[in-house]
Amino acid sequence: MPLEPALLTQDLAHDEQQDYLWTLNFGPQHPATHTTLRLVLKLQGERVVDAMPDIGYLHSGFEKLGEHLDYNQYVTVTDRMNYISPLANNVAWHLAVERLLGIEVPPRCQYLRVILCELARISDHLLCTGAMGLDTGAFTFFLYAFNRREDLYDIFETLCGARFTNSYTRVGGLMYDATPLFIEKVRQFVRTFPRTLDDMQRLLDRNRIFLDRTRGVGVLSREDALAWSCTGPVARASGVTRDLRKDEPYLCYRDFDFRICCAREGDCLARYLVRMSEMRESLKIVSQAIENLPAGPVNVGQECRAVLPEKPWVYSTIEGCIAHFELAMSNRGFETPCEESYAAIESPNGELGFYLVGDGSDVAWRARCRPPSFVHFAVFPLLIRGHTLSDVVAVLGSLNIIAAELDR
Amino acid sequence: MIRPETLDGLLRLFPQLEHSEFRGQTRVVVPRELLPSVWQTLRDEFGFDLLIDVTCVDYLHYRKARHRFGLVYLLAATATNERLTLRCYLDEPDLAVPSAVPYWPGANWLEREVWDMFGITFTGHPDLRRILLPEAFTAHPLRKDYPLQGRGERHNFPVLTRAQG
Repeated sequence: MPLEPALLTQDLAHDEQQDYLWTLNFGPQHPATHTTLRLVLKLQGERVVDAMPDIGYLHSGFEKLGEHLDYNQYVTVTDRMNYISPLANNVAWHLAVERLLGIEVPPRCQYLRVILCELARISDHLLCTGAMGLDTGAFTFFLYAFNRREDLYDIFETLCGARFTNSYTRVGGLMYDATPLFIEKVRQFVRTFPRTLDDMQRLLDRNRIFLDRTRGVGVLSREDALAWSCTGPVARASGVTRDLRKDEPYLCYRDFDFRICCAREGDCLARYLVRMSEMRESLKIVSQAIENLPAGPVNVGQECRAVLPEKPWVYSTIEGCIAHFELAMSNRGFETPCEESYAAIESPNGELGFYLVGDGSDVAWRARCRPPSFVHFAVFPLLIRGHTLSDVVAVLGSLNIIAAELDR
Repeated sequence: MIRPETLDGLLRLFPQLEHSEFRGQTRVVVPRELLPSVWQTLRDEFGFDLLIDVTCVDYLHYRKARHRFGLVYLLAATATNERLTLRCYLDEPDLAVPSAVPYWPGANWLEREVWDMFGITFTGHPDLRRILLPEAFTAHPLRKDYPLQGRGERHNFPVLTRAQG
């Protein structure tokens, strides 16, 4: 049950008499953290007085690797950041590279990337809400969510051969064009998914136990959300009407009709509801994009010298052969300006951006990733203070912390 | 992505700031002493209420670089959808800058990461500890003089056996 506000404001953490508090080590291997993260909780009875996140267990030096892998190789590493929605990371990475190079990808590629981003968003929100349901005791809900994630994995497999780590984008285009089978599968998903969403919402939206465990728990005010740099569903659930798809339309988001889902309450329930309604909006975007998919090439032309040329051209002409050689040899590659740029997308978790520094070669001088999970996890102690131990998993689930993205 | 009147207003208040633009992104170079007053002005008068990111770039052996480190602050204004990048250049041995935590609490972990990876100290930071690497780590691995392989960091850690555990 939510606690009364007077208890929330008590500064118990810095109380002189702390003898009665005891410390609980939550994680790094705990089933409810879902990933490898650790919390040191200070408890008074069952109430959390303070929480200290301890991260870094999954640190694998992704940003250092980004300074040694070229712009096309590094996309495999971005898959492993937020492995719940790897396609969104791929798109974010190559959007940043293309911003640095000044490339505008062709319309078909933009539409396909939008479809993939939105499918990734659905897949991410399904996992997040499903896991949140699981942690608060709604196991059926979790199974409904995971069943449909399987269909999404099938779609991704049809598209690029990989289910989990897709690495589908390339500088100036995609690995290959989408097939009619992919389009058929997406259409079928768009047809059948609203029913699943209805089922899921019927299961949980008015469930007494779920509502009691999430309403008024982990409240983030609008001011705090802005001050603590929150973005994405976490900020929108607190009343920040910021969505990069509308505010700074990248790719071709201008062409679609969709709404931004917001809430005012800022508690776990609001975050859950925002994610559920965002899935419906994503589905609207996917269905508009798949029905209006433009024809034409998916890669930019040869004049920008960043994309491998078409194979018939390579095998039949000397120019094509040279162009391929220039890109494929490890001591050649394309040129980048000695400049710095930042590009961000509205990833399922929030603003996912890459700050790139080019040094003339096709390897980044600095490849900084702005991870939304990292920023959101810093807010966690603020949200959990004053609530009970069992609320830890509800708040953790509603923030959707992905440890691989947290630690990189 | 910044309105001309915002930039003009900022440059009128701080005429010594240099600015440049690349692919529609405006960058302003701020000297270290001016950082707090520029933050205060940007947040309170121009509505830059969201600190997107704090990061750092090591320019050791970078072409035409004049400084060793470049701090990057990415700011955004949610009401007007503006973005502004602040740059602050630092040279060894004095690698201390004022902390942005009093202005945006969200800078807390971001600055800890910069300290962890680059060894830049933030004066006034409430809790400047390593965040991703273990406390016993001695180097700052995103510096360019730290190699990708071969420092033998694994061997510096004690090996625990089952018997000891």
